[in-house]
Amino acid sequence: MSNTLLIAGLLLLMTMAYVHGRRRALSSAAGRRVALHSLPSYHGLYIALWCGLPALALAILWLVLEPSIVRWMVVASLPEAQRSLPSGELGLLLNDVRNLAPGNVAGRQPDAATAAAVETYRTLKSIVFWAMVAAVTAVAAFGFEVGRRAIAPAFRARQRVERTILWLLVAASTIAVLTTIGIVLSLVFESARFFDKVSPFEFLFGLEWSPQTALREGQVGSSGTFGAVPVFAGTLMITIIAMTVAVPVGLMSAIYLAEYASPRVRAWAKPLLEVLAGIPTVVYGFFAALTMAPAIRELGTFLGIEVASESALAAGIVMGVMIIPFVSSLSDDVINAVPQTLRDGSLALGATHSETVIRVVLPAALPGIVGSVLLAVSRAIGETMIVVMAAGLSARLTANPFDAVTTVTVQIVSLLVGDQEFDSAKTLAAFALGLLLFVITLGLNVVALTVVRKYREMYD
Amino acid sequence: MSENAILRAGPSRVVAPVPIVSAAAQTQPHRVNIAASHVDVFYAAKQAIVDVSIDIGEHQVTAFIGPSGCGKSTFLRCLNRMNDTIPICRVTGRIAIDGEDIYDPGMDPVQLRARVGMVFQKPNPFPKAIYENVAYGPRIHGMIGNRAEADEIVERSLRAAALWDEVKDRLDEPGTSLSGGQQQRLCIARAIAVSPEVILMDEPCSALDPIATARIEELIDELRQNYTIIIVTHSMQQAARVSQRTAFFHLGVLVEAGDTETIFTNPRDGRTQDYITGRFG
Repeated sequence: MSNTLLIAGLLLLMTMAYVHGRRRALSSAAGRRVALHSLPSYHGLYIALWCGLPALALAILWLVLEPSIVRWMVVASLPEAQRSLPSGELGLLLNDVRNLAPGNVAGRQPDAATAAAVETYRTLKSIVFWAMVAAVTAVAAFGFEVGRRAIAPAFRARQRVERTILWLLVAASTIAVLTTIGIVLSLVFESARFFDKVSPFEFLFGLEWSPQTALREGQVGSSGTFGAVPVFAGTLMITIIAMTVAVPVGLMSAIYLAEYASPRVRAWAKPLLEVLAGIPTVVYGFFAALTMAPAIRELGTFLGIEVASESALAAGIVMGVMIIPFVSSLSDDVINAVPQTLRDGSLALGATHSETVIRVVLPAALPGIVGSVLLAVSRAIGETMIVVMAAGLSARLTANPFDAVTTVTVQIVSLLVGDQEFDSAKTLAAFALGLLLFVITLGLNVVALTVVRKYREMYD
Repeated sequence: MSENAILRAGPSRVVAPVPIVSAAAQTQPHRVNIAASHVDVFYAAKQAIVDVSIDIGEHQVTAFIGPSGCGKSTFLRCLNRMNDTIPICRVTGRIAIDGEDIYDPGMDPVQLRARVGMVFQKPNPFPKAIYENVAYGPRIHGMIGNRAEADEIVERSLRAAALWDEVKDRLDEPGTSLSGGQQQRLCIARAIAVSPEVILMDEPCSALDPIATARIEELIDELRQNYTIIIVTHSMQQAARVSQRTAFFHLGVLVEAGDTETIFTNPRDGRTQDYITGRFG
């Protein structure tokens, strides 16, 4: 709360700095705007940035370092008896201290030493906070002064401000890239730990998936097998079913929208189709589990086929519906990008509209359509919620779409849900599955984007 | 080598405007192929063509000239009903080819376009093989029964478009890999392949360099033995070089039409005079 106030105060300071900078710039040029190298607002921004950015950076650094420094000081103030506790118990004690400090109730009655530590903690906290406020204000004031001195009619405030903003943009994109790298690295390291316990060969080619580990010696059914083939086979089957639904429907609606629909129909139909992509996947999930699966089972009973209540077919069909807008929207864009001159050329030869679409437009758009389908496939492979709710849990190697199958994402969820120890092969297997899934979808995305880019080059 | 020959031939073509139009060609009457009477074209409420009537002779080159936006391309596109693809465009009046009204409800625009081919301003070969570009039209019109027939049509059309020698060894390469002038000749071959009676050309050389332009003009002159050709052009020199008859459009009105030589040497209308002498446009 108090930190929020600090940031708000800083923003207020920046606003004031901006106003001041503008005014000062104008008065430095004796009110003649054209005498200034940069517009007055750039001078204002320049001061505001000087005032705000270093102070903000300091505040963030402070907030990051503060807990460990305070902790270290509290520990140093503790009596010898507590200081020499094992690290786990010391951690519990400090946790109590942190909880008690704002006046909350801790799990156990505080003893004298803890109460003293709480008092130290409170004092330290408030000292540290006010020190931070002072430091941040000082830095802001310093920055304000530095900016203020720079202002002169010939000062190139515009270039300085633009360069600063450029660096802000670079920083933002760096955060995104670093996050990706961090996620990949954590996957890789946890998978490496998994492959210490289970051989990669067994994982990649094993035909049985039964992720069990013994909780105690000699337990029944304790020997786990980690063959990922049935799990990936399940993913593959559901993806194929989904694409069998999504590709024809999506592609045909794209052709209709791009080639035949009147502008008015298109203006309505395209956003409506794209609403499908906006439905939360959990809604698709219960649609699949509660509507689609029973319907398919009853149809199967009617036809005399045995259908599992959590059939791959139900999950696949609903996932296909979810993916339709991916295929249709991207394909529609690609078909629209085919130059009108090609259509004219074909029509002028006496081809009908449909012949033109089938023989000229679609072949020309094919690479882009393939790209959009591949993107949809990688979406289907990674989709979780629908299959968690509508596909089964048992990893079975089957080619029958009426059977229940499981998918990679379902297994990852079930491996990590609930209380888990994070060093058993069972939980680590989730990371290995995740890594493999990531590699597959990444590969598909790379292929898709390459195909799409190649297509773009054709008409530019 | 052939390009050098054209380079040498080039200047003489430019200097002597109409060596093609002999006295005999002018006096000999041509059978009327296309007859347009009282044609009006509207884009929504805006009138683009006002009451145009013109007769176009068979096996002749007729040039439509005029400043930008004068409606010459719009009128050209009426002749194969390409304006049908523009929803807001409306055509009234009568246009007859060989006496048959092409805006008659019984007329199929698809069949009409097989009889009236078109070459566009920007070369627009399909992103297919050269061979497939040419075979496309005959295929959709069922003119090809087997591979030998297809080969024959493709070769004949490419020869007629003076492109065969340049591409005969690479018929499998995409049409888009050719140079601009070759692409435009490929488009002409594609139009010829369906054996049309009339070929419409909408500024076919405006995207080409002078050498490629000279080749296309030479080709147009050869093609008129077998086809009725109508060419829209911005270049008055081009109209003078390739056409026997010229029609001058201005602000959607057909100002004057007649023998090319007459139009360029002795126009009846002051506006034509102003345009060809470069006073506007």
